[in-house]
Amino acid sequence: MGSATIRAVDGVSLTVEAGEFIALLGASGSGKSSLLNLLAGLDSPSAGSVIVENQSLSGLSREELAKYRRYTVGMVFQSFNLIPSMTVVENVELPLRFAEVERTKRGALATSALEKVGLSGRLKHRPIELSGGEQQRVAMARALINQPRILLADEPTGNLDSRTGTEVMELIRRLNESLKMTVVLVTHERDLAEKYANRLIFLADGKVVADQPNPARATAGAKP
Amino acid sequence: MKLYDSIELAGRNLRESVLRNSLTTLGISVGVASLVAMLSLGIGLQQLASRRLQRSGLFDSIVVTSRRDLRGFNREQEESGPAPAESPDLNEAARLKIANVEGVVEVYPDLRFITEVRFDGKPHLTMVAGLPFSSKDGDSFEGMQGRFFSSEDAHEVILQKSFAAELLGKSSRGPDEINVAEVAKPLMGKQLVMRYAERESSGGQDAAFYSVISHETPLTIIGVTDLDPDSMRGSARARLFIPQKLIEGMRPMQAYDMRASNGVTSDQPIYSNVVARVSGAGKVDAVEQAIKKLGFNTFSILDATKSMRRFFAILDLFLGIFGSLALTVASIGIINTLVMAILERRREIGIMKAVGASDADVRGLFFAEAGAMGLLGGICGTALGWLIGRVINFGTNIYLKRQGFPPEHIWSVPVWLVAGALGFSFVVSLVSGLYPASRAARLDPVQALRYE
Repeated sequence: MGSATIRAVDGVSLTVEAGEFIALLGASGSGKSSLLNLLAGLDSPSAGSVIVENQSLSGLSREELAKYRRYTVGMVFQSFNLIPSMTVVENVELPLRFAEVERTKRGALATSALEKVGLSGRLKHRPIELSGGEQQRVAMARALINQPRILLADEPTGNLDSRTGTEVMELIRRLNESLKMTVVLVTHERDLAEKYANRLIFLADGKVVADQPNPARATAGAKP
Repeated sequence: MKLYDSIELAGRNLRESVLRNSLTTLGISVGVASLVAMLSLGIGLQQLASRRLQRSGLFDSIVVTSRRDLRGFNREQEESGPAPAESPDLNEAARLKIANVEGVVEVYPDLRFITEVRFDGKPHLTMVAGLPFSSKDGDSFEGMQGRFFSSEDAHEVILQKSFAAELLGKSSRGPDEINVAEVAKPLMGKQLVMRYAERESSGGQDAAFYSVISHETPLTIIGVTDLDPDSMRGSARARLFIPQKLIEGMRPMQAYDMRASNGVTSDQPIYSNVVARVSGAGKVDAVEQAIKKLGFNTFSILDATKSMRRFFAILDLFLGIFGSLALTVASIGIINTLVMAILERRREIGIMKAVGASDADVRGLFFAEAGAMGLLGGICGTALGWLIGRVINFGTNIYLKRQGFPPEHIWSVPVWLVAGALGFSFVVSLVSGLYPASRAARLDPVQALRYE
């Protein structure tokens, strides 16, 4: 609170190649989620720029940023962020509503997305009726429904047990490999990052302290 | 986001907080009901007054008076044109001039006098007036028992029902209590004797001298009217009518003769006022102007309705303002509800923005919620207002019945009022939604997502 300025992300300069799977690592308050919000176009930097697919996000209007979030990036959060008053299928359909996809096509697209994450039997359930892992898979289906090219995952396994967390991470890995989707994973679990990401970026106090290829993935021939 | 998606999501959100949204909608309903109730009362009263005037059958008539007569109906006119003393007399020549004005169908002097009528050996005092043959088709004789005069100078008489009741010795009840058929039956075809004073010239050129001769003439009762054909005359209205030609032939002494005897230089009768009948109510204004140019004063029912319409326009305005006050309070309720909804759904708004909702999508969603509450409140409010109207009308009629009056429609909810109330409620709700909707649209998604 108050008017003091906190530099959540300070002097960060990094380039992510298309199809790359990177992990942003750091302790709580290191600025990794803030950096993810900048990449998602949810926040804008007070200085510097975020360039995605040769387009500076700072130059986009609020309407254009909404379109960017709708079509270019998909987001998965630690707390799932599903709308509790909507059913599973309605939550997944939500981005399609904003994309003005015909009502008749929406149901089929949402069902197909839920099938891909293994939730075809829970369409009419409310989020509260699902387990944490299932909720995160619904959030994944929602993030992918508009076929974005970038997946931004903010501590996706933070609220899940290790088995469910692994299931979700496997799903993300498959997307990265089969669809060549760029994945930016925010986590404080080094093991997880080393297991799935190709590149590890360490942040502390808003600054990049290390940016290195994942040695575990390099030795394993990019196969965990 | 498409409109139907906004409406669908708005409906879902409204159902989520059903109690709070229902109470807000109820507030709007009460506001709209008060507006509808107030305005329908104003409209109903206006229609009631217009109906009364229309039933008088005088909408196409203009009463013309001399400016010499300071009792002229419309005193404002006396300030323009020639001075009263220099104004023309309202005599036969003037009558012809008025008859030649375009649009005038006929002109007849308004002849009336108070006299004694004997029926069944008993005297009765009443005002007698002439009735032109043309008035046969007027609305004034709606519900009349018997028939109209058989000829233009038949020795026949039509009674107003209150006088008919008096002739039968029935106690004077309110006019609406008298059953016209009941009082007409025993009187029809019977004779009464009317006394009158004839003004007879002394024969010389000097009309300042004339004789007054008392006459009696028998008249056959041929009809009894339910309505009051002479209602416009107020206290001078007649309750006994004889054919216009008959009364003109009688040359009855008029109250005006006493005053005119000081200045007249011929034997010609001078009229207190004449009635010009116009071919249509639409021409009344133009004919009135033409007659005024001839130097006379005029008065028509249209003049009276003009001021009546003005009065009701002001009344409706004030009733509308009072009715709108409740709607204003209701609109504050909408703002409150939606601002509360923003606080509660802060995180939801953040999620929607994160998955691609634009500011316009969020704004549209809140607008749809405000509009839905407004429309629903408008529908319920209009129905409630209509119901209140029916109940008050019912209660008023019970009161009127107890006071001896017939039932009346003091309440009217025309289609335009229903459409207007719905539209107004919808617009007021959208306006109320402006601030919450723009606040929701401007919400910072990062802050909103952090909100627990």
